Amino acid sequence: MAAISREEVAHLARLSRLAVTEEELDTFAGQLDVILQAVAQVGEVAAADIPPTSHSVPLTNIFREDVVTPCLTPEEALSGAPDAEDQRFRVPRILTEDVAS
Amino acid sequence: MSDLISMTATEIAALVAGGETSAVEVTQAHLDRIAAVDDRVHAFLHVDTDGALAAARAVDERRAAGEELGPLAGVPVAVKDVLATRGVPTTVGSKILEGWRPPYDATIVQRLREAGTVMLGKTNMDEFAMGSSTEYSAYGPTHNPWDLSRIPGGSGGGSAAALAAYEAPLAIGSDTGGSIRQPGAVTGTVGAKPTYGGTSRYGLVAFSSSLDTPGPCARTVLDAALLHQVIGGHDPRDSTSIPQPVPDVVAAAKLGATGDLTGVRLGIVSEFVGEGAEPGVMAAFRESVDALTKMGAEVVEVSCPTFAYALPAYYLIAPSECSSNLARFDGVRFGLRVGDDGNRSLEEVMSLTREAGFGPEVKRRIMIGTYALSSGYYDAYYGQAQKVRTLITRDFTAAFERVDALISPTTPSVAFPMGARTADPYQMYLADLYTIPTNLYGGPGISVPCGLSEGLPVGLQVMAPTMADDRMYRVAAALESAVGTFTPPAL
Repeated sequence: MAAISREEVAHLARLSRLAVTEEELDTFAGQLDVILQAVAQVGEVAAADIPPTSHSVPLTNIFREDVVTPCLTPEEALSGAPDAEDQRFRVPRILTEDVAS
Repeated sequence: MSDLISMTATEIAALVAGGETSAVEVTQAHLDRIAAVDDRVHAFLHVDTDGALAAARAVDERRAAGEELGPLAGVPVAVKDVLATRGVPTTVGSKILEGWRPPYDATIVQRLREAGTVMLGKTNMDEFAMGSSTEYSAYGPTHNPWDLSRIPGGSGGGSAAALAAYEAPLAIGSDTGGSIRQPGAVTGTVGAKPTYGGTSRYGLVAFSSSLDTPGPCARTVLDAALLHQVIGGHDPRDSTSIPQPVPDVVAAAKLGATGDLTGVRLGIVSEFVGEGAEPGVMAAFRESVDALTKMGAEVVEVSCPTFAYALPAYYLIAPSECSSNLARFDGVRFGLRVGDDGNRSLEEVMSLTREAGFGPEVKRRIMIGTYALSSGYYDAYYGQAQKVRTLITRDFTAAFERVDALISPTTPSVAFPMGARTADPYQMYLADLYTIPTNLYGGPGISVPCGLSEGLPVGLQVMAPTMADDRMYRVAAALESAVGTFTPPAL
């Protein structure tokens, strides 16, 4: 049985903000199915009482000394932006007019 | 072939320091070599000719002024295109960052500059470091200098191929599941993955933040150790950086080179010497084990049963982290933007940008990660993979109570022909079968050339406990002293 359907892959693509083509959906559905069936092997391991590891280094919050150091100028920070205006990143419309009014 | 390009970094640094050659001469020799062979190898995505010569002149001026130079001053280095380089294009092998010139240097790049090394340029890689063959680069594949019809490994195939083609004596890579060690193995070069947190991730374009580890690539173990010493150590800009000094890897490499391993206990990972590896790879590995034994090492077999589940666990954890990390490529702050015609919404522009900017393997991993993290599947996939990660760490910990270091072949096969695995993504994943456990555990691992199979290089992997990077350098240097280095046929 397939682990994942073409419709589910289309849903994942939407969640992932990928405007995939119909042709890609056909290819990815088969490939993701093979990959997901293979990685599902982790389920064979008896690990009910095992704590999860998210990170190999024990992590605690790290704060640096509150010292002023040089940082990027606005021009440098905006230098790679596809679009900028008035020292800000310019973005496409976020809200529709109905919502905005 | 000019003598300067066939030298080790150690030899070049000594000649520059002694005034027998100049950093400019050394740099020019390597730039000439790149011009002569890189149209066939394609190790570089960008060659920074002017920047390299300027850096070399600065070293020569400092020497002339009587300043003391560092151990690698004047030595050229190739940097994987995953690290931000101020003013120098940084693409991560992806169209989504085409043309991006970062406004800052990664910590490792900054340390390379301060040490007086000369950055030749940026090397090719699988897009976002996702791949094992460099065929997933959006800018075309890199070819293995041993056989141009074969893959140089990945994701750091460009860095490894640059070394094997004598285009650079040193290179920087990054290893998330084997991307330094596997290319090292299949190109007959040395590649070391430091302890996670032992090298800074600041300025390294993130793929899987709990696994990504930048590290050194070289043609000899000592050169790799010298580079490790220069780039390693605590960085306040990386919150997962370990606040401890780098283990003395240079001293360890020199000790290993004496060829004495008396008292060193090595464990062969039983699970990695079974049917999975090619017979030629196993033959070279077995001969190397004999050599290590002759040098005084005590070699036993050690079983690490959960290593069998490292590959599936990795291909859940890494894509999960990737799906989150790569959300920043939204067409707003840097890189590509597609479809912004004044009518489309931010979300539509974002989706068109990511569709156009990412290649197929990146899309696959983002979707796998999105799936594994979604509420209905989280426990069975991502949560379970994290538990398996705990068990793998326990296997390592138990093994290191019995032995000082673990050994295995680095890869199950020699370099495979280009195109052999691109149609079957899961087959591609299997190239990292033996390297992935180390990443999940967080310890160091090194691949050192150990022989040839069918005329192609085979690598032996040494894995050590966390923050015991020196141990793996000692064993690798000892093996190198016994089996020598391997030179590909003339290009």
